[in-house]
This record gives sequence, C-alpha cells and structure tokens, in this order.
Amino acid sequence: MSSAGIEFAELKWRCRRGMLELDILLNTYLEKHRETMSQHQRAVFSEMLEYPDQVLLDLLLSNMRSSKAEINSLITEIQRAQVSTASET
Amino acid sequence: MPDLPRRQFDSLIIGAGGGGLRAALQLSNAEASVAVVSKVFPTRSHTVAAQGGMNAALANVLPDNWHWHMFDTVKGSDYLGDQDAIEYMCRAAPQAVYELEHFGVPFSRMDNGTIYQRPFGGQSQNFGGDQAARTCAAADRTGHAILHSLYQQNIRAKTHFFDEYFAVDLLKDQQGYVLGALAFDIHNGEPVVIEAKTTLLATGGAGQIFRTTTNALINTGDGMSMALRAGVPLQDMEFFQFHPTGIAGRGMLITEGARGEGGYLINADGERMMERYAPKAKDLASRDVVSRAIATEVREGRGCGPNKDHVMLKLDHLGEDVIQKRLPGIRQTCITFLGIDPAETPIPIFPTAHYTMGGIPTNRHGQVVVPVKDTPEEPVPGLYAAGECACVSVHGANRLGGNSLLDIVVFGRAAANHIIEYLADNRYHRRLDAGSLESALQRVQRWDSKPTGDGESIAVLRDELKAVMENHCSVFRNEDVLTEGVAKVEQLVERFKYARIDDSSAVFNTARVEALELENLFGVALATIHSAHARKESRGAHSRIDYTERDDMNWMRHSLYSLETGMDYKPVRTKPISVESFPPKARVY
Ligand SMILES: Cc1cc2nc3c(=O)[nH]c(=O)nc-3n(C[C@H](O)[C@H](O)[C@H](O)COP(=O)(O)OP(=O)(O)OC[C@H]3O[C@@H](n4cnc5c(N)ncnc54)[C@H](O)[C@@H]3O)c2cc1C
Repeated sequence: MSSAGIEFAELKWRCRRGMLELDILLNTYLEKHRETMSQHQRAVFSEMLEYPDQVLLDLLLSNMRSSKAEINSLITEIQRAQVSTASET
Repeated sequence: MPDLPRRQFDSLIIGAGGGGLRAALQLSNAEASVAVVSKVFPTRSHTVAAQGGMNAALANVLPDNWHWHMFDTVKGSDYLGDQDAIEYMCRAAPQAVYELEHFGVPFSRMDNGTIYQRPFGGQSQNFGGDQAARTCAAADRTGHAILHSLYQQNIRAKTHFFDEYFAVDLLKDQQGYVLGALAFDIHNGEPVVIEAKTTLLATGGAGQIFRTTTNALINTGDGMSMALRAGVPLQDMEFFQFHPTGIAGRGMLITEGARGEGGYLINADGERMMERYAPKAKDLASRDVVSRAIATEVREGRGCGPNKDHVMLKLDHLGEDVIQKRLPGIRQTCITFLGIDPAETPIPIFPTAHYTMGGIPTNRHGQVVVPVKDTPEEPVPGLYAAGECACVSVHGANRLGGNSLLDIVVFGRAAANHIIEYLADNRYHRRLDAGSLESALQRVQRWDSKPTGDGESIAVLRDELKAVMENHCSVFRNEDVLTEGVAKVEQLVERFKYARIDDSSAVFNTARVEALELENLFGVALATIHSAHARKESRGAHSRIDYTERDDMNWMRHSLYSLETGMDYKPVRTKPISVESFPPKARVY
C-alpha cells in the first residue's frame, strides 16, 4: 500500500469510536474528503482524533469549542458534511 | 506448532469496556499478572456511550431496597432471568456504586450531598407499587466517567494493555482448558500468542447485526462468536432489546431520561398513545412494551411522516430551560443529525437495536458453563465471560435501563474474584494444543492471500446481512418471516465463504479486520435468528405475532444455540440465594 493509503487506513481505524454518533460524523467526513485532503488537513484531523470520545462529541455537537482555530474550522466542516448527507437521504 | 511471538500472563482479558476493566483492576490489585486486549483504545470502548446511569437501591430520593430492585429485575426479565444471579447483583449494587465513587466517578449530587437518583422505566417501590428513583448518574456521561476512572486505576495498578490488538480466537489444550487467545496488532498485522491460565471474554454487545442500531461500529459480537467457534453454545440470543426511542432512520439513542423528565410519545393523531398500552406507567413502561407499542401504531397506520413510519417524542412542553439543564446533548444531537430543535419540534422516533440480552452462558461467578451429558451447567476450565457479551442471566428476556452498567461492574468483579481462586489452584501454564493454534491462524491467513476470482465484497455482504436481520428478526416476528430470514442468513453464510478483500497488506489492514468482524456477525446472527425461530411464544423482547402469549409451561427455559448441534434448552434458575422465589405472573405496568 502507498504511504498515503496507509495514513488513510490508520485515520479510518482511529475514527472507530465508542459512540455511534462519532462513527457516523467522522466516517462521513473522511469518506467524502479522502481524495482531496491535503497533508496539513490530514494532520489536523489526526490531532482532533486525539480527543477523548466525550470531548469530541461535545465539540461536534457544539457544546464546546477547541482552543485551536484550525480544529474548530475542521469541526464546522464535519458538521457541514453531515448536514449535506442528511439532506441527501 | 507455528513459531509465533508468545507472551504469558496469569490472566487474559479480552475487552476494555467497563466489564473488562473492572475485572482487570480487581486482578491487578490482587497481584495477578493481567493482560487486557482491546481492538480500540480502551477509553473508546462502547461503555463510553452510556448516558443514563446505573441502578442501585440507595434510597436517596425515594424509599428503596435491594429486594424491590430484585423484584423489578425478575419481572422486567419476564421471568427468564436467573433469580440467584439477580439477587446477587441487586444486593451488590450499592457497594458497586460506592466503589466506583471511590475510584473517582463524579456521581451527580443532591443539595444534601448524597448521590442524586433519577426514575427510570420498570422501577417500583414495594414490589410493583409507585415509581422508584434508583438510577445514579454522573450528569449524562456516566459510562464515560466509569470507563475513564477504571482505566486510570488500571494504569496505576500496572495492568498490561495490548491496545489496538484484535483477538481472533480462543486457544485450548486437548483436555478443553482455555489457555489464552491468538491476537494480532492492527498497526502491522503481527500475530501474537497470548498464553494465560484464565481468559475472560468482555467484548460487549452485537448491535451491528441490525441495520438500525444505537451500537457503535465496534459492536460486532466478536467474543460471542469466538465462544461459538470454541464449542460454547450461545444462550437466549432471540432476546435483543430494541430501545423504543431511537432517532428514526439514524439509530441514535434518545435516552430514557427524556421520558423520565416528562417527555411523551404521540402518534399521527397527536394522541398520547402510551396511555392505551400501559395505563399506569405510561411512557415509563418497560422498554419492550414501549417498543411494541410504537411498532403497533405504525403497523396500524397511525405513524407520522409521509411514509407513516415513525411516531414523535414530544419534549417542547418541558421548556427550553429544563431541556438544556437536564438533557444536554439530546438537543444538539437533533440539531446536528436532523436539523431540528426538540425545544420547538417533536423528534421522529422508531425502535432501534440496543442491547444483546443473550450471550455466552455463565454462572454468577462469571465461569462459562456448557451442558455436558446430563449436567446443564458444567464450567469450561479457564474460561470466563462478563459484561454484555455474557448471559448470567440477570436480564432474561428484557433488560431494565440502568441495569447493564451495574451488571458489567458487579460481574466483572465477581469473575475476577473467582479467577483469583482458580489461579491459586492452577499455578502453572498448561501446554497449548497445536491444532487449536493452527486453526486460529488459518482464519487470519485466509485474508492474506492475494485476491483471487471475483468473490463478493465484505461491505455488500454486511449490508445485506443487516437488512435481512432488520426485516426478518426485529420487533415483530412470525413463522413465515423468520423461516425466510433463516434461509436468507444461511445463504449469506455460504456466499461469505467466497468473499474477497482487495487489500492484502500487513500495515493497518482494516479490510481484514472488517472481514473477521463480519464472520463474527454471521455467528451471532445465526444464533439470534435460529433461536427466535425456535421459540414459539412471546416473552419480553421476543414478540411473535403468531404466538402472542407467554407460555411458561413449555418455554420458561433458556435457549442454547450451537454451531454443531443447533438448538438445545436448559431450565431457568428460579431459586434465589436467600429469599423466596418470585413466581411468574402476568407482566403488567
Ligand atoms: C447508546 C447507549 C447508551 C447506553 N446507556 C446505558 C445506561 O444509561 N445504563 C446502562 O446500564 N447501560 C447502558 N447501555 C448499555 C451499556 O453501555 C453496555 O451494555 C455496556 O457498557 C457494555 O460494557 P462491556 O464492558 O460489556 O463492553 P464494551 O464497553 O462494549 O467493551 C467491549 C470491549 O471489547 C473490545 N473488543 C471487542 N471485540 C474485540 C476483539 N475481537 N479483539 C479485541 N478487543 C475486542 C472492545 O475494544 C472494547 O474494549 C447503553 C448502551 C448504548 C449503546
């Protein structure tokens, strides 16, 4: 597998969480953007995955904001990806 | 014997949810060497999702005692729960809560400083009297708090963790002792033989066999299928709890707490429908009663929406403040996933697959037990199970909300205590059987070969399995639907033999993990649909349109499904430890 392929596989595994809500939000985003994510975007995504599940859920449900602007922008992107999927189905 | 890296421990625990971690802590504190294997990082286990809370008769808000809790649990189980195990659990509950508090779980408090307790469905005072308030919670993140506290305690106690390792199969010797497991590192695909004098399965539930479920993707019933392949039958698998209040079409849970705080269900006519089905408990009736009521409304044409395929949960009358204060999370979940605000608009609701009541049969010491000749419950030496993958059975045909977090910590601890005794009597490692290791290894290696031919993909087969289970084995069941379902699942199992994956690399091969998980889903699905087909009555979560009554004469017994011999049965343990039995009665709320 190419190194980009390996990196993607690793990100995908780390999107496996203890909550269905996170599985859905993270995987929807990753599948949609896998081809277009830059190296830097992948790094931010990876950093975001470090959060514990409950914190990640709070961020994604807008109960909380990260102290990092880049992560907040990513969170908004993930929410957007979900809403557009919800309106597709 | 294949030459693989080996590690030796006194005790191996497969699964790092609340059940596995509670057991590990007890063992590490008793100076045993303990390995915990988890396919995801421990604090990402599914226990983290439990929002509602954990039951214990502390009597902090309303009068209560363990005997009432026991009565409710026996009744809730529709008299299929084993009364010795239920007594044990309900008596141990207050202690279990205090222990967790000691480990650092920040339970919510009342003004006088004692632990706050909320009312949940199926809880009563005085053996079926007024509503009780028995559920202790750490705000709406009880599972998260329990998991993190137990993980920290285990780090302190020097439990050894194999994080992101996938356990493939149990290993045995020729005498049938279970001696550990074959696992591999998901990062690089390297296999490792983990040898142990005892092995505890704590791999959680299997909601992923259904299309609409509250369960995370990791809940694929791996431990249950490992047990099946090791010759252990699965018990009471037809009893799958559908949570009445899933978000329609998505599966996510709207906690029972929403109804505990005053939310209620309405049908297309705007009628408060539960008044007809459970005049006394109404929306707080037991989960199976509420699930069936929703399905009945939809079947009889009173469903909401253009397809009349759901009902509505009304919360707007509670007011924005209460919703924000008592039910944080639910509002945002609705906004994020549906684009609606429950403070203004009711939530579309349909039952969603939530909890696996059945599982690996154990006694109340966590020992896995199987029928041998005339003995229905002979322990398998060295093998234990606890948590949602096990069937003790305290939930019988239907689990009460808040009883699962209790189950996992009480029986995680009980299993560990028995393991400590076992280790004292079994001080040396036994020799593994080469054949047992070979066959475990072959299951992994099957997916290593380059893709050949044009077999079907894992994703296609998995989606089909989940749809078949949903259409043929969910809230409503009858002979025709189930017979057809059994045939369809068996055809899928055949097709799976020729399945392919396109990735044969070693590093982060998630395709291989998904293939192994699908094989596990098939084991659980077979057990579930065969057991449902065989049980010709309605009891708890198993509701048959063609056999609408509970039939204690013929069916007050546990089902056992094995891959080799199909269905078998064993009696329910109706005798508690120290009190009188609760004889079966009609279950009205
Ligand atoms: C949304 C939701 C809300 C809930 N709310 C409540 C509640 O309020 N109160 C209540 O009492 N109950 C609740 N429950 C039920 C309760 O959360 C679960 O039954 C319980 O947490 C299960 O814990 P466990 O330790 O058995 O397994 P889990 O927490 O599911 O852990 C399973 C572990 O096994 C590991 N594993 C699985 N397969 C493998 C493998 N092949 N190799 C290696 N590791 C493996 C996983 O990595 C994980 O660590 C809820 C359930 C859901 C879905």
